[in-house]
Amino acid sequence: MSLENWQEHKRPFAAIAGAPLTWLLVFFLVPMAIVWLYSFGQNAGPADIAITGTLDNYKRATEWLYLSIFFKSLAVAALVTLICLIVGFPVAMAITFASDKWRPWLLLGVMLPFWTNLLIRTYALMMVLGGNGYANKALGALWGGASWLRTLVGLQLLDAWSPVQLLYNNFAVVLGLVYVHLPFMVLPLYSALDRLDRSLIEASLDLGAGHLRTLWTIVMPLAAPGIFAGIMITLIPALGAYLTPDLMGGTESQMIANVIERQFKRANDWPFGAALSFLLIYAMFILIALQSLRGRKPAEA
Amino acid sequence: MPDTAQPIIQIRNVTKRFGKVAAVDNVSLDILAGEFFCLLGPSGCGKTTLLRMIAGFELPTEGQILIDGQDMAGIPPNRRPVNMVFQSYAVFPHMSVADNVGYGLKIAGVGRAERDERVREALSLVSLGGFEDRKPDQMSGGQRQRVALARSLVMRPKVLLLDEPLSALDAKLRAQMQFELSELQDKVGITFVTVTHDQDEALSMASRVAVMNKGEVAQLAPPSDLYEFPSNRFVADFVGSVNIFEGKLILDEPGRAAVDCPGMGKIFLNHGVTGPHGADVWVALRPEKIYLHVPGEGKAIRAAGQDAPEGYNLARGQIKGMSYLGDITLYEIKLDGGAMIRVSRPNLSRRDQEHFTWDDRVSMHWRADSPVVLLN
Repeated sequence: MSLENWQEHKRPFAAIAGAPLTWLLVFFLVPMAIVWLYSFGQNAGPADIAITGTLDNYKRATEWLYLSIFFKSLAVAALVTLICLIVGFPVAMAITFASDKWRPWLLLGVMLPFWTNLLIRTYALMMVLGGNGYANKALGALWGGASWLRTLVGLQLLDAWSPVQLLYNNFAVVLGLVYVHLPFMVLPLYSALDRLDRSLIEASLDLGAGHLRTLWTIVMPLAAPGIFAGIMITLIPALGAYLTPDLMGGTESQMIANVIERQFKRANDWPFGAALSFLLIYAMFILIALQSLRGRKPAEA
Repeated sequence: MPDTAQPIIQIRNVTKRFGKVAAVDNVSLDILAGEFFCLLGPSGCGKTTLLRMIAGFELPTEGQILIDGQDMAGIPPNRRPVNMVFQSYAVFPHMSVADNVGYGLKIAGVGRAERDERVREALSLVSLGGFEDRKPDQMSGGQRQRVALARSLVMRPKVLLLDEPLSALDAKLRAQMQFELSELQDKVGITFVTVTHDQDEALSMASRVAVMNKGEVAQLAPPSDLYEFPSNRFVADFVGSVNIFEGKLILDEPGRAAVDCPGMGKIFLNHGVTGPHGADVWVALRPEKIYLHVPGEGKAIRAAGQDAPEGYNLARGQIKGMSYLGDITLYEIKLDGGAMIRVSRPNLSRRDQEHFTWDDRVSMHWRADSPVVLLN
């Protein structure tokens, strides 16, 4: 019996899809609905929320203070996505064109970070970037070396090395987010490039195009679905990033997820937190809608 | 093709190794200007590697490739005066037909007006006039191949390389394209070098064919020579269908020779073969060169006789298998000596195939100049 057409085979389809659908309903949609309802309520005591249908939470959420944080988060996420694309594209190219012997190992290297908890990876990165971390130690050693070289040519020693502030600022947040999200960019890019018929590249070279031109006029347009998927799959989680800005950011590098977290915890203002959350979700809906619009276009042509 | 034709491609002692495996092993050959040259061989024989070395996609491990007298060492594919039609056609899917065909011209800096004109010319050359605005996914495989052809021809290359140009087409379209490719080559006068594993393709289109085996050229000859005068067992077997008998050379004089083949008997030839007496040799005999008849029938046998060195060879046997192919019928015959032989017979009349059937006793004869004696 074929399951290709579920409308003709309702019972086997229900048997297979029933359990996961129930799971999604009970543990995802229902809690989401509760949070959505909270966003129209107000605190009615330390642990009570009255759903009054008020729009005050949304009004407050669209005040400039919060909107500016939201736009800043979007800018950070966009920058992270751009850096991931610029760094990830050559990496994906290298994996695609690596020999059969090397490719699985390179792919493993890209996926290896998934095997370690995000928190541990973040702390590891903080150890590298800290005031007394390895990055500063390496820079200090270089500084010392340069200082010593100056004495050889009769110049004075440089001032003592003072550590560079690499952590707890916007730089650290962007670096941390790029580090976390790079695999999300590389994998869809790789899958798009791998599907590309090599003879198309050879045909372009054969017709007189150089490598850069071939990359620009043949490879990039044909890898566009992968590029777009990579952008989405990087931009959306980066926009909602919480852990990285929380641990690696300074006071001025809070992102929207950190603000939301504060509402639910320290400020104990669940209705307002819920409203902020849903504004973020709506923004992501728009991004996803853009992607699906784009995906439909070739079918119409 | 005049005898004075200059070589447009010279391949000199070219070897290509992948790891320890030599895909192309010390090949030297000249391809002449204006000819339709074909590299023929089974998969893995190195023919495609050789073609890709001419295009510049692979670099020879050893040896030299000259195109129009110029050494191609260090010259990348985009600066070689050759263009290639890929097996998958490699038509750019995101560009219109006109953009595909005009791609190379645009890179070469040809102006808009001239480009449009040349694209139009090239498309009409491959009978695709009016298809300029189509996208490749709106076209059939055969049409996409024409786009690929036009895209290469519009560059006016010195040599057009075609990698298995007809392998993805169905049988009818293939026969038509064989014909059209030959015509096209006549019309544009560009040297064509094609790679194929299909002997029909090679025989019908090429002016000369290099049969390749295990990285080496087994024989380089015009199609009819390849078929009628194969120089070794590989070529005899690969090009067309053939019976090969192993035997000893027992007689070799100017004007006549004989080979004694176990299971077959003596095969006589009306010319010398200049092989060492008593040497192990092979006799190749094409199935269509054997006449099949009912024993004792026909006058030709009179002159034959089992030991007759002149006239026709004679053999007898029993039909063990037959397959009717429409235009011909193939018979598998067990000779009285024990060997099996394949004979094909044209169905000259509509009931011809009913003449013989399983287990019939039959006689066969063939001209003394039909068998080919092979020394290796």
